[in-house]
Amino acid sequence: MTVIHERESNPAAGDADRPIGYGRIQRKEDPRFVRGKGHYLDDIVLPGMLHGAVLRAPVAHARLVSIDTTNALAHPKVHAVITGKDLEGLKLAWAPTLSADVQAVLVTDKVRFQGQEVAFVVAEDRYAARDALELIDVEYDVLPPLVDARRALDADAPLIRDEMEGRTDNRIFDWEMGDAAETDAVFAGADVVVSQEMVYPRVHPAPMETCGAVADFDPVDGKLTLYETTQAPHAHRTLFAIVAGIPEHKIRIVSPDIGGGFGNKVGIYPGYILAVVGSIVTGRPVKWMEDRSENLMSTSFARDYIMQGEIAATKDGKILALRTNVLADHGAFNATAQPTKNPAGFFSIFTGSYDLQAAHCKVTGVYTNKAPGGVAYACSFRVTEAVYLVERMVDVLARKLEMDPAELRLKNFIKPEQFPYANKTGWVYDSGNYEAAMRRSMELAGYEELRREQQEKRAKGELMGIGLSFFTEVVGAGPRKHFDIVGLGMADGAELRVHPTGKAVVRLSVQSQGQGHETTFAQIVAEELGIPPENIDVVHGDTDQTPFGLGTYGSRSTPVSGGAVALVARKVREKAKLIAAAMLETRPEDLEWEKGRWFVKGDPTAGKTIEDIAMAAHGTLTLPEGVDGNLDAEVTYDPPNLTFPFGAYICVVDVDPGTGRVLVRRFIAVDDCGTRINPMIIEGQVHGGLTDGVGMALMEIIEFDADGNNLGGSFMDYLIPTAMEVPDWETGFTVTPSPHHPIGAKGIGESATVGSPPAIVNAVVDALAPFGVTHMDMPCTPARVWAAMQGRATPPI
Amino acid sequence: MQISMTVNGNEVTSDIEPRVLLVHYIREVLGLTGTHWGCDTSNCGTCVVLLDGQPVKSCTVLAAMAAGHDVRTVEGLASGTTLDPVQQGFMEEHGLQCGFCTPGMMLTARALLDKNPHPDEQEIRQAISGQICRCTGYATIVRSVQWAAAHPAAGAGLGEADEVLDGTDTVVEDVATETEDSEVKA
Amino acid sequence: MQIPAPFDYVRATTVEDALELLARHGPESRIIAGGHSLLPMMKLRLSRPEWLIDINDLFELDFILRDGEDLRIGALTRHTTLLESDEVHRLFPIVRDAELVIADPVVRNRGTIGGSLCQADPAEDLSTVCAVLGAIAVVRGPGGERTLSMHDFHRGPYQTAVGPDELLCEVRLPIRARSASAYEKVERRVGDWAVGAAGASVTLAEDGSIADAAVGLTALGLDHTVEEAAGLLRGKRPSEELFADAGRLAAEACDPVADQRGPVDYKRHLADELTRRVLRRACARAAGHPDQPATPTQEG
Repeated sequence: MTVIHERESNPAAGDADRPIGYGRIQRKEDPRFVRGKGHYLDDIVLPGMLHGAVLRAPVAHARLVSIDTTNALAHPKVHAVITGKDLEGLKLAWAPTLSADVQAVLVTDKVRFQGQEVAFVVAEDRYAARDALELIDVEYDVLPPLVDARRALDADAPLIRDEMEGRTDNRIFDWEMGDAAETDAVFAGADVVVSQEMVYPRVHPAPMETCGAVADFDPVDGKLTLYETTQAPHAHRTLFAIVAGIPEHKIRIVSPDIGGGFGNKVGIYPGYILAVVGSIVTGRPVKWMEDRSENLMSTSFARDYIMQGEIAATKDGKILALRTNVLADHGAFNATAQPTKNPAGFFSIFTGSYDLQAAHCKVTGVYTNKAPGGVAYACSFRVTEAVYLVERMVDVLARKLEMDPAELRLKNFIKPEQFPYANKTGWVYDSGNYEAAMRRSMELAGYEELRREQQEKRAKGELMGIGLSFFTEVVGAGPRKHFDIVGLGMADGAELRVHPTGKAVVRLSVQSQGQGHETTFAQIVAEELGIPPENIDVVHGDTDQTPFGLGTYGSRSTPVSGGAVALVARKVREKAKLIAAAMLETRPEDLEWEKGRWFVKGDPTAGKTIEDIAMAAHGTLTLPEGVDGNLDAEVTYDPPNLTFPFGAYICVVDVDPGTGRVLVRRFIAVDDCGTRINPMIIEGQVHGGLTDGVGMALMEIIEFDADGNNLGGSFMDYLIPTAMEVPDWETGFTVTPSPHHPIGAKGIGESATVGSPPAIVNAVVDALAPFGVTHMDMPCTPARVWAAMQGRATPPI
Repeated sequence: MQISMTVNGNEVTSDIEPRVLLVHYIREVLGLTGTHWGCDTSNCGTCVVLLDGQPVKSCTVLAAMAAGHDVRTVEGLASGTTLDPVQQGFMEEHGLQCGFCTPGMMLTARALLDKNPHPDEQEIRQAISGQICRCTGYATIVRSVQWAAAHPAAGAGLGEADEVLDGTDTVVEDVATETEDSEVKA
Repeated sequence: MQIPAPFDYVRATTVEDALELLARHGPESRIIAGGHSLLPMMKLRLSRPEWLIDINDLFELDFILRDGEDLRIGALTRHTTLLESDEVHRLFPIVRDAELVIADPVVRNRGTIGGSLCQADPAEDLSTVCAVLGAIAVVRGPGGERTLSMHDFHRGPYQTAVGPDELLCEVRLPIRARSASAYEKVERRVGDWAVGAAGASVTLAEDGSIADAAVGLTALGLDHTVEEAAGLLRGKRPSEELFADAGRLAAEACDPVADQRGPVDYKRHLADELTRRVLRRACARAAGHPDQPATPTQEG
C-alpha cells in the first residue's frame, strides 16, 4: 500500500502537515500558555488562604541555643510561628528522605547547612510573613563548618550527623560496581595508562519557577489537598501518608502547571511539610512559595562529584579498561532522589559507548555542611557524571596517543551487531548504532574542514577548539523488580476512556514540567487508535484523577508511561475489535486494522471506525460475551529493561587568548532516541539540554567559602546562559528503535544535558592545546581559562 | 496610598502599601497571573511587562512608580480571540516549553517588533538577553520572533478586534504593507 | 519573594520639590529613579529608607543636548537613551561600548546615568566612562548648584560627594576635536558585573601624536583614572609598544581583590590587556579608522 493510497482511503491517518499520530504538530498546551493562562502554583488562591515564610539559618554549622518567637507572634497579622520544638511534639521534626536517611524539617539541635529551615511563620499575607521573620530572635553557637568533601573523612573533620547513634565519621556509603581484580589485571598488561582527576562541580537545576505548596487540610473530613510543585505526585502522596500519618485515601496531591523541574521538584522539601503543618495548625489553607535564594540554597542541588579516572589502552588505540574512584558530596542529609539499590544512581554506566574488557568504579558518599540533594538537573540518575568522566578520559587518552578523538571513538564503539550488549558493570544496552550517529554528526559539522580551519588559526595564534562527545544514556527506570523508590516499584499506570462520540481521555501518573505531555501522549493514542490528537484529553498531575505511577524524572515519561499509553490504547483497540466483529457480524480474527478502523480482510469497504465502535460500545448493540459496555481500558506497564538513547555531539569554540573568554561558535547534536513521536518537541528537549551544557561548562557553579557561605545564592551569582551565550543549535538524528519498548521509543529529556558538557570542555581543552593544557575543570570562566593557559589551573573545590 | 494606572487599556485604581511591587500588584491585586516572577534581583525577566510600551522588570518597579502610566501584560497581547503574531509565532515555532518565561519573552518581542519590524537574529538575541529561559535554549524563541516578523498580519482578520488593541496602531498600519511582502515571499 | 521593609513614598514634581522633600525627610530618605540598584538592596533589607522620593516625573532631568563645547546629559537619562543616541556615539563612542554591556536591555530601559553614578558601585561602568571623558557633575542642593570633576565626585566604593540633601542633576562631557574613546569589559556572562573593564579616551594632535589621554579601570580596585598611563601617553605617537607600556602601568596601578569572578593575577592581567585594547581602538577611532573586528566576543 503506498502512502498516497493510504491517505485517500483512510483520512484518519492524517498527512505530513497534520499527522494523526507521530509527526510535528503544535502543542496542545500552548494556547493557554501564550495567553498567560497557565495555572502555576503561585497562581492558586483559596478562600481564607494564609501565607507562610521560612526563617533560614545564616550559618552553615551551629548549635541552636534558643529561639524566641514572642515578638513575631505579637505581629497583628501573624497566625502562627512553628519551631522545631513544636514539630518534635508532633513527631514531625525529622522526615525520611528518599535515600533511607532522615532530614530535619526544622532545626531542633543543630544547623547543618546555610539556609536550613529554622522556623515557619504563617501570616495574613506574604508581606507580613516576611516582616515577621525579622522578629524571631535566634541564638546560635557557631561550629567549624565542613564544606570541602576531600576533608570529610579526615579524623579531625567536624562530625555533621552527631545526632545519629554510634556515628563517628561523615561516611555515608561505599559502593562498588564491576570487577576490581579483573580490571587491575587488564590495567597491568596495558601499553598505555592515563589518569586524570576531574571535578563535576555542584550546580543547581534552578527552574524558572521556584518550589512551593498550598496545603488545604479539611479538619471535618480529615482530607488534605496539597497543591505542590512536584514531578512525582503519586510518590508524594504515599510519602506524605507515611510522614504525616494521614491515611493515603485522605490525601490528594495536585501538581498544577509546573514552571520547569529538571529534577528540582522530585523531593519533598521541608517547606511542603511546613505548609501542611501550618494548615493543620491554623485550620486555613496555607501557601508557601520559596524565593530564588531559598531555591538555590536549600533545594536539591546536582553533581558535586570528585572523580579520579584511569583509562587503559593498547598503543594503537584500542581501549581496554576504565576505572574510577569517586568522592560524592551529598550535603548534610542523604536525600538523593534515586532508585533504592543505586546509591550512586546509574553512575556505573561510566563505561560509556565503548567495548571494554573490564571496568570498575568505587563511589564514597560523604556528609558535608551543604544543602542535601545530588540527583537533579536532568542527570538521568548521575549519567551526567558518568558520561563526563568517560568522554573526558577518552580525550585525555587521544591526546596521549596523539590520535584524533573522533578516530579513537570510532575505533572503540560497541558495534551494532553486538547488541544487546552486556557491559562490565551489569547493564544490558538494548540497541545502538553508534558509528552511524558519529559519522552523521561529523558530516553535519564538516569535521575535516573544521580541523583544517583549526590548523590555519593555530598558525596565526588564534585559539579554536573542536570538542566531541559520544554518550550512551540509560533511562526509563525501570523494571520494578530492580528499581524502586522507597519501596515503590518504578512501573506506571495508564487509563484510557473512549467516549461514545469517539473522543478520548487518557489519564497518567507522570507530570509535565514543560515537556509537552498533553501533546506527546495524545499523539501516542492517536497513532494507536487513529483518533486525532485534538480529540484526546490528557489528564495528569492530580492523584484523585490518575492511576498510580512514579512520576517524571530520569527521562522516564516516554519510556515508561509512553509504553503504558501505547499498551492501554492497544487494549482498547483489541476490545474495539471484538465490538466491531459483533457490529459486522463476523469473527474477530477476520478483521484487519488500519489506523482508525477495523475492516473485514479482503473487503476494505466493510469496516467500522473507532467512532462507530465507541458509540456501539455505549449503545444498544448486544455485546459479545465478557465485553463490558464501554471502550475503556487500564494497564500498568512494567518495562522489561531500561532504554539506551545515545548521541554524538560536536562543539566548536573560539577562545580569546588575551582574556580567556570562550565563545561557543557552533554546536552539532545528533541524537538517537529511537522512535520519534513529535520531532518539534524532541528538538526542543535537545536545545534546552544543550543550553544546560553551556551553563555547566562555562558558568554555573554553587561554590562555598571557607566559612560555609553559599556563594551561588542568587541569580546575580548563579549564572545561567542567556540567548547571547548559546549558538543557533544544529541538530540531526538517527533512529534505532528500542527492541523491547512497545513503540520503540527511548526518551530524550536529558540526553543533551548529559552529553553536552564534555563536548564543550573537550573543545576548550582542545583550543588550549598549544599551551599544553590536557584538562581543565568546569566552569570554564574567563579567569579559569586564563589560569589554565598559564599552567595554573586549579579544581573549583 | 491610592494609585491609578492603565492596565491593558483599562483604568484601575487601588489603595496599596507604597512598598507593593508592581509584579505583586498585577498578580495579586488585579489577578492577572500571566505575569510571573522568578528571582528577586531583576536577573531573570519572567516578570517583564510593558510600561509605556517599554519592557521593564516588574519585580523591580514599585506599583506606586507605575501610577499614571500605561501597563501592558501578556493578558493584553491578544485582542479578543485574535492572537498577536508573536503569540502565534511562539506556538508555530515551539518558542515555549514550561511557559513560565513566555509572557515576558513575548512582551519583549512585541516591543522589539514595534521598534524594529525586521530584526536580525543577533538583534533578537540582544533584545531578550535580560531574560532567562531554562527550557528552550533560545533558538526556537528567536525563530518564533522571526515568524512573527514575517507574519505581521497573522491572527488579524477580526477587523473590529484590531481596534481594541492598545498602543499598537503602528503595527496595525504595518500589517497592510507587510502582508503583501510575505505573500510574495510565500 | 523578597519584599522591602515598609516605607513612605512621595513623588517629586520639580528639582526644587525634590530638594525640599530631601530636606524635610532628612537622611532616612532616598531618591529613587530607575530603582535597579536600590530596590534589590531594599528587598534584601540591606537598605531600609523611611522615605522614597521618586524623581521619575522630573522630565527636566531627562535630556541630552549640545551646549557649546559640552554635551549635557540629564541625570534621569536612561541607559537605553544613551545607547541609542547616534550623536552621543559620534562624539563619545565609549558610551555605546559601555552601554551595550551594562546590565541587560530591559534593565537599561529603567536605569539612569544619575543612578549609576550615585550608586558608585566599584563594578559600575559609567563611572569609568565619565572619568576618562573628564566629565563634570552638576549637583544641586539647598545652597544652590555646584560642579564637581569626577575625581571630586567619586569618593570611593559606594561613596560620592553628593550630600544627603543634594541631587545629581546633570553630567557635562567636554567635546574635543580629534578625540575618540573606547571601552571593553570582560564579564562571565551578559548582564553580569564586570570581572574587569577598561576605558580610554584620547585626543590626537595635528601630527597624529597623542595630545591628551585618559585611562580608567572598572572593578579593578582603582577609583580614579590611571594618571601614570596618561602621563606616559601624552606627546607620543600611538604604537603597539606604547599601548603595551600603558597597559603595564595600568596593571601596576590597579589593586583588585580576588572574588568569584577571578583571582588577583587575572584581574591585573585584564587591566593590562584591556588597557591596550581600548587605547588601540580609541586611537584608531580618533584617526578616523573604522573599528576592526574585535577578538572573539559574545557580542559578535
